[in-house]
Amino acid sequence: MIPFDFEYYKPETIPEAIQTYQELRNQGKKVIYYSGGTEFITFSRINQMAADAIIDIKGIRECHVLEQQGDQFVIGSAVSLNKITESSIFPLLGQTVKQIADHTSRNKITIGGNINSRLIYREGILPLLLSDAKVKLARSEGELVLPLTNILDKELKIGSGEFLVQILVKKSYGSLPFASLKKTKITKVSYPVVSIAALVKDQRIRTAFSGVCEYPFRSDQVEAALNETSLSMAEKINKAVSLLPAQIIDDIQASREYRTFVLKNALHEIMDSLEVAPA
Amino acid sequence: MIQNSLAKTVVKLHVNGETHEVMVRSADTLLHTLREQLGLTGAKRACENGDCGACTVLINGETMHSCLSLAIETINQPITTIESLMDSPIQRIFVEKWAIQCGFCTPGFILNCHALAKKHPNADEEVIEEWMQSNLCRCTGYQEIKDAVKAAVQAEKQA
Repeated sequence: MIPFDFEYYKPETIPEAIQTYQELRNQGKKVIYYSGGTEFITFSRINQMAADAIIDIKGIRECHVLEQQGDQFVIGSAVSLNKITESSIFPLLGQTVKQIADHTSRNKITIGGNINSRLIYREGILPLLLSDAKVKLARSEGELVLPLTNILDKELKIGSGEFLVQILVKKSYGSLPFASLKKTKITKVSYPVVSIAALVKDQRIRTAFSGVCEYPFRSDQVEAALNETSLSMAEKINKAVSLLPAQIIDDIQASREYRTFVLKNALHEIMDSLEVAPA
Repeated sequence: MIQNSLAKTVVKLHVNGETHEVMVRSADTLLHTLREQLGLTGAKRACENGDCGACTVLINGETMHSCLSLAIETINQPITTIESLMDSPIQRIFVEKWAIQCGFCTPGFILNCHALAKKHPNADEEVIEEWMQSNLCRCTGYQEIKDAVKAAVQAEKQA
């Protein structure tokens, strides 16, 4: 049971949501935008999260869009992970989010919630990093579309009162060769020891990682090493692993040494499955 | 806009084809409301963390952990609990296949299986396994449960 009370609002439009947020903030209340809510409920239950009011964005039509518009895929932030997988709209994203949590949970977890998670994994963000995704934010000054990486500094940095409305991905990324691989400690439903998403564009492999360091990342240096044609596969992978942007995690899921071992094997698997042609 | 203040409020929930008035806090989970307000105790309180599937219900026909849904979120949405499947073919299949031991996880498994059979009457082994990973059986009676799920899917296909 959640041990504190809060107010609940479910607006139907973006301006209504923004206005509600501002009014509540002006009353000095702590307000949280709420989508799938799995994280809010689990953390609140154990007193690790709290709010005076939550604003449920599931009533907003724009947050449920899941379609092609012109030359891009538009994915609403309140779309569930299962709906993304079932739609096949962006297969790499569909396959990656299919590896998150369990099937029933994925009916509730939304893509916006996953990439904004308090947990370090946020695996849904990996395909978005590889596909140069943009995000549409709702703000009091109006909507703003900008590259995802502009608001990503280890985690999403979304301003007070703003919320993620949609994710935009160029349609051309939907037809590129891709691979997505998650390695867990024992059971399939678990946090990743290593999770890698990859795609090939212009004969170069792009890779993004979760579970390896304290935050999900895509690294130019790592990709340069993996695409270095003068090196053998093993040399590429060893060099890539030596260029990670942060220290490899050492925790109860896996020791640093074991995680490094799994990472190298997973990279091998990814490179093999994509059969990356020399540039 | 739907809204609820800090006080308890009377809201209507549509459960098993009937509309019920319940008095909820915004913070009340659907699991708590079903059990404490409506006496529908088929959804079991166990991990309360979305890990075990014992509290599974259907919302809009989709499986959900009722411990991870606020009751107030489910206004205007059809909710199905295990009580609606009393004496149903799927219940009989679970009994016939001995897909029960202590029975605590059984409602969650049956509802998950029910949704699976409706959505994927041609479900293969991989799909069945993916769906059933959402539920845990502490008696570890998985083989019998798997047999029952396969039989239920087959029965739905022939229906």
